[in-house]
Amino acid sequence: MAEKPAVGCKRPSAKVQKPPEETTQPETVTEKKDYAMIQIGQKAPDFAAPAYYNNEFTTIQLSDYLGKWVVLCFYPGDFTFV
Amino acid sequence: MDSMFVHKMWVDKELSKMVTAKTVPFPMLSDGGGSIGRIYGVYDEDDGVDIRGRFLIDPDGVVQAYEMVAPPVGRNIPETLRQIQAFQLVREGKGTKATPSGWKPGKTVLEPGPDLVGNVWKVWTVDKAFD
Repeated sequence: MAEKPAVGCKRPSAKVQKPPEETTQPETVTEKKDYAMIQIGQKAPDFAAPAYYNNEFTTIQLSDYLGKWVVLCFYPGDFTFV
Repeated sequence: MDSMFVHKMWVDKELSKMVTAKTVPFPMLSDGGGSIGRIYGVYDEDDGVDIRGRFLIDPDGVVQAYEMVAPPVGRNIPETLRQIQAFQLVREGKGTKATPSGWKPGKTVLEPGPDLVGNVWKVWTVDKAFD
């Protein structure tokens, strides 16, 4: 019976079932890279990203906004709230 | 997370039914793969999404505030606007002014210094944090 994915703000992702391996190998542990948390009073890391703005597709560079106050807002996906 | 193409579809198909404006008045960026979310510490590796992180960055490019909220709960926009107004006042004061709890434009601003130590109660009352 197919299971319906929960509808929420998360992004349902595919799960790939691995074929049984013929030879037993030691499990490799993929290390998650740790990122230093943003610090208050430190420079915001610069980046460039594709964007949709004023009915145009464009590229936004954070450092182009020096001299202005910036609200940088992350959200899980379109069709969810802010 | 979504591509700029999905952003356009959202603006055209859903936002247009919520507001009369035809566009969003700020750029909608795409963080495909979560590379920006990772450096800002808001990318959820297990769910493959950026959580609701919000950063206030001043004109020098310095982070002055951030907030992080799990995806199912939406944010309070007036609080973000209030913080921007407070930070702008503090910045204009060049270190001479501070905004106490519950501050809004027009309400009491503190001027920290030796004379204020132990005397905040004379200029600020607890009820001001809640109105």
